[in-house]
Amino acid sequence: MAAQPSPISSASVAAVREVTGVAPPGAAPRLVTHRSTSITADSVFQGGARVAGGVIIAALIGILVLLALDSRMALSTFGLSFFTTSTWDNVKQQFGILPYIYGTLMTSAVAMVLGVPVAIGAALYVAEYCPNWLRTPISFSVELLAAIPSIIYGLWGFFILSPFMRAYVEPALQATLGKLPVIGALFSGNPIGKDLFTGGVILAIMILPTVMAVSREVILTVPPAQREGMLALGATRWETITTAVLPYARGGIAGAAILGLGRALGETMAVTLVIGNSSRAITGSLYTPGYTMASAIANQFNEADNPLYSSAITGVAFALLLIAGVVNVLARLLIWQMQGGRGAVKAVI
Amino acid sequence: MAAGTVAPGASAPAGGSPGPTQLLFAPDARYTRRRAYSTFMRGLVSAAALLGVAVLWIILAYVIIRGLPALNLPFFTQRPLPYGQVGGGVGPALVGSLILMAVSAVIGVPVGVGAGIYLSEYGRGRFADAIRFSSDLIAGMPSIVIGVFIWAWLVRTVIGNFSGLAGAIALAVIMVPIILRTVEEVLRLVPHTLREAALALGVPQWRVILGIVLPAARAGIITGVVLSLARAGGETAPLLLTALGNQFFSFNLLQPMAALPVQIYNYAVAPYEDWHTKAWGGALVLISLIGALSVIARYATRGNRLG
Repeated sequence: MAAQPSPISSASVAAVREVTGVAPPGAAPRLVTHRSTSITADSVFQGGARVAGGVIIAALIGILVLLALDSRMALSTFGLSFFTTSTWDNVKQQFGILPYIYGTLMTSAVAMVLGVPVAIGAALYVAEYCPNWLRTPISFSVELLAAIPSIIYGLWGFFILSPFMRAYVEPALQATLGKLPVIGALFSGNPIGKDLFTGGVILAIMILPTVMAVSREVILTVPPAQREGMLALGATRWETITTAVLPYARGGIAGAAILGLGRALGETMAVTLVIGNSSRAITGSLYTPGYTMASAIANQFNEADNPLYSSAITGVAFALLLIAGVVNVLARLLIWQMQGGRGAVKAVI
Repeated sequence: MAAGTVAPGASAPAGGSPGPTQLLFAPDARYTRRRAYSTFMRGLVSAAALLGVAVLWIILAYVIIRGLPALNLPFFTQRPLPYGQVGGGVGPALVGSLILMAVSAVIGVPVGVGAGIYLSEYGRGRFADAIRFSSDLIAGMPSIVIGVFIWAWLVRTVIGNFSGLAGAIALAVIMVPIILRTVEEVLRLVPHTLREAALALGVPQWRVILGIVLPAARAGIITGVVLSLARAGGETAPLLLTALGNQFFSFNLLQPMAALPVQIYNYAVAPYEDWHTKAWGGALVLISLIGALSVIARYATRGNRLG
């Protein structure tokens, strides 16, 4: 866009010069030399900017290629069983990442179930109900959650949330939901506080700002006429939301949720501190001290004293990268489709 | 907000406005039920917003209350001491974090700003799309994956050991997409008439960009850089795999380097009560640092129409 004025205006300057002959004769040679050096300088400058952009493309390709190459050893040694077995034994040189994938999926699922409804609710409140003067303070507070470093969530989770979960929340859930036929199994076993469930809860808090900010932006794009039409037909406020607002914003909200999922999948420090990192058993209960892919990397990279072990850890990272990449692209497509371009995604970064 | 624009009478179910607006029908049981349900959902939605806000203040309150007792002068100046010795603090971690942020800015800002200039001033076509796509994908990557990348590339191969430089490069990778996006956005906000006026005077395009466009967008660019620094300063996972942390003051970029988030982690997982207090103190310092950066970022854009 901006490149356009350059040729046009310099051409028109030259044209004016030619037609009117206004330019003083003495200026002409100077102008020519000036223009020729500036053309060189221009191309050097543009080249520099181009290189900066190229570095970013190179970084992406570098990350993908290097992780793929580095995990090749583990993948070729174990093949598909790298993803489907649970042994992680340096002495036997056996590495399978199934428990890590399981832990990642379970904690992320808990985060979505707990975090997304709250985030959408908060977004609806801000966009639909909230008095104007309260709008900024609420949005600001929730978005400030996004600025808190993950290590601080971890610290808080480690010392405050996890004991609280063990003492109150987990026994209470066991006594109520634990009695139900199918989902009861999720709450079986000893409430220990440092387990998949607490990991999911801390993730739910961490995805809150992302999901809320994007949902709010998306809800605000719903045309007011649509709400007014529904209200004019005699709908209550909530009926307006469920029939006129949410269906319109559905795609964007789904995108917001998936964007949150992308964040939950890759979150490391907060989860590492509350998830226990001690059992590779796949029990089906949320009260299991497990690993996520990210926490497994953080806990084990320093023990990797042989090439196969290192390669297995890079393999975990590569698998995580692919999962998170797919999830992110999906989320962006959904929001992009809804927004017709940029906008809401920007609010997240 | 929509309710206010609805014609009187029809809006009764929505607003229940008093005065001249009367219901056009007798409120039967079904209507009462619908209204009650609407009010109930309104309460639920408000509770969700309240919960989101409460979580923030609960976490902040804990960090402040538990962190304050740890703060004193030696905490900022001393290195972490072995357990049993009195004192010890986050000195090297503070210095290390500042060095890491400075070095990552030196690496990341030229790339981010340069690419932002390219996208806004020159970029069209597939190369520009590829830059945007790459940047978005890197922005969405889990930070630990970037840590593993630098670990596999620099720590295990090129440099051969954990080092501050590797940590700074990992942070730079995290910063660049944030800077790029902000710079591109604010440069696009600079009015085209400014560029055209300068070009019409015969100023070459590179000088238009450096002398007119960038200064006009200065505040926005500073905001982007500062926000990316705030983000990088709080990162732990990639630093764990690259800079590793250090108990001593170190200014050598090719050796392991301490960082505040890593030091908080080390203090937190140790089994000593005293160290836990230090972890909370470190958290308070870190949050203050990031808060200060965010305030600077906001202040930089204040009163600037391009913000």
